Amino acid sequence: MEPIEKNVLLRVRHLSKSYNKEPVLKDISFKVKKGETKVIIGPSGTGKSTLLRCLNRLTRPDSGQIWLDGVEVTSSKTNINKIRQSIGMVFQDFNLFAHLTVLDNVRIGPTRVKKIPKREATELALDMLSRVGLVDKAGAYPAELSGGQQQRASIARTLAMRPKLMLFDEPTSALDPELIGEVLIVMKNLVKSGMTMVVVSHEMGFARSVCDEIIFVEKGVIVEQGPPDELFLRPKHRRTKEFLSKITELYGKSEG
Amino acid sequence: MEILETLAAIGKSIIPVLRGTEITVALTFSLLAIGLMMGLPLALGQVYGNKIISTIIVVYERTFRSIPALVLLFLFYFGPATFGIYISPFLAAILALGFRSSAYQSQIFRGAIQSIGQGQMMAARSLGMSKLKAIIYIILPLVLRRSIPSWSNEYSSVLKDTALAFAIGVIDLNRWGWRIAIRTQDPIIVFLVIGVIYFFLTLAGTRFLRWLEKELKIPGFQSRDTIG
Ligand SMILES: Nc1ncnc2c1ncn2[C@@H]1O[C@H](COP(=O)(O)OP(=O)(O)OP(=O)(O)O)[C@@H](O)[C@H]1O
Ligand SMILES: [Mg+2]
Repeated sequence: MEPIEKNVLLRVRHLSKSYNKEPVLKDISFKVKKGETKVIIGPSGTGKSTLLRCLNRLTRPDSGQIWLDGVEVTSSKTNINKIRQSIGMVFQDFNLFAHLTVLDNVRIGPTRVKKIPKREATELALDMLSRVGLVDKAGAYPAELSGGQQQRASIARTLAMRPKLMLFDEPTSALDPELIGEVLIVMKNLVKSGMTMVVVSHEMGFARSVCDEIIFVEKGVIVEQGPPDELFLRPKHRRTKEFLSKITELYGKSEG
Repeated sequence: MEILETLAAIGKSIIPVLRGTEITVALTFSLLAIGLMMGLPLALGQVYGNKIISTIIVVYERTFRSIPALVLLFLFYFGPATFGIYISPFLAAILALGFRSSAYQSQIFRGAIQSIGQGQMMAARSLGMSKLKAIIYIILPLVLRRSIPSWSNEYSSVLKDTALAFAIGVIDLNRWGWRIAIRTQDPIIVFLVIGVIYFFLTLAGTRFLRWLEKELKIPGFQSRDTIG
């Protein structure tokens, strides 16, 4: 049974995952309260994407449990397609549906998955597009947009499902530097609006200004987690300190 | 003089020649339809199915791609007869060449599916779409578009394969050519005319598919025109 704890939206306990006997995630546990934003950082290949994909079961973990709002995501009895409707996912390379206009990209979830009438879905989609500043691009196809616009459209697509939780897997790392800002602004507005978010990102400006906690993952384990200032100013582990100074150097402090 | 006589003979046989053309076209369309209706699920099974399903499909596909069309025609025509089932040469030809085409078409579609990349499927599933919905609404529209150029090759290749069907007695364009050639004793002219008809059938089909490809092109996406 789920341990009762108020306001916890996402709870991950003892999550493990191996690929070809190679452990990628080892006994990961954390929780996210309603309205919180957690930023996951860590070197390449440490299992950050795998962790996110386990959260909506795009990847099946080998062991451990995940609960979302009282429902066990990891249980085989759970209707996973239902659960996924309330977990939005934003990808590094956007993954907009190439043959659909921006409007149809945003509308397809509500119409095809939630069976919302088309007119209502159109209104909803336009509303979400205005939240990301893309109403004027509603009729454009993904390939006609800049990377920043594509990522904002993909955020609108997940918002249209009215998710309880949003997962972001390096949402700005495929973007040219001058396009990163527009996506981060949208994400910050989401934080302000009270959305619960788990974000894999090395944009430390974003992390320091809006997130509640940074989770530092290395080689499949959580090395350290805590509020950004704590990790930056008083890291408990040498590795945390080294990694933070390395990415600050790489990504700069000023952005976001 | 002789040429004119031959042409006159073909002219007199214009109705049978048209009839033969009709049979050739009907055979081509039917076998392509069978190939499409079987090839698409075969490709999906090969990519998304489990080990057993994909193995069975691979065996099927290899088999039909390794046996000469003419041998398949004989097998499908004479095969059922040994079990006391009589099927018309036309139906036998549709089945033999249709199954064969499904093997080739499955490879066209498989390539197209695999060229699409995991991202589209992941995004669709992350919205809560079932695998089937994701295939229908997201994967297939892309796959079909991408398959048109190769499918155009398949069209022109099976159109010409149908000429083999005369070996089991289908009265197609080629067969009519044979009859007139015997009557006029001038096979060269007759088969040149027949060849021209095949040429225009090929041209019409590939032109149409080229037009379709352009019509369905996704705006902003790379196409043969912009890459070139
Ligand atoms: N589907 C898969 N099959 C086999 N191995 C995989 C698969 N997905 C990931 N891996 C392996 O798992 C490890 C963790 O990968 P993952 O993508 O989760 O890391 P990451 O932290 O997101 O890295 P990056 O920062 O480069 O995105 C890597 O060694 C990767 O090769
Ligand atoms: Mg990753």
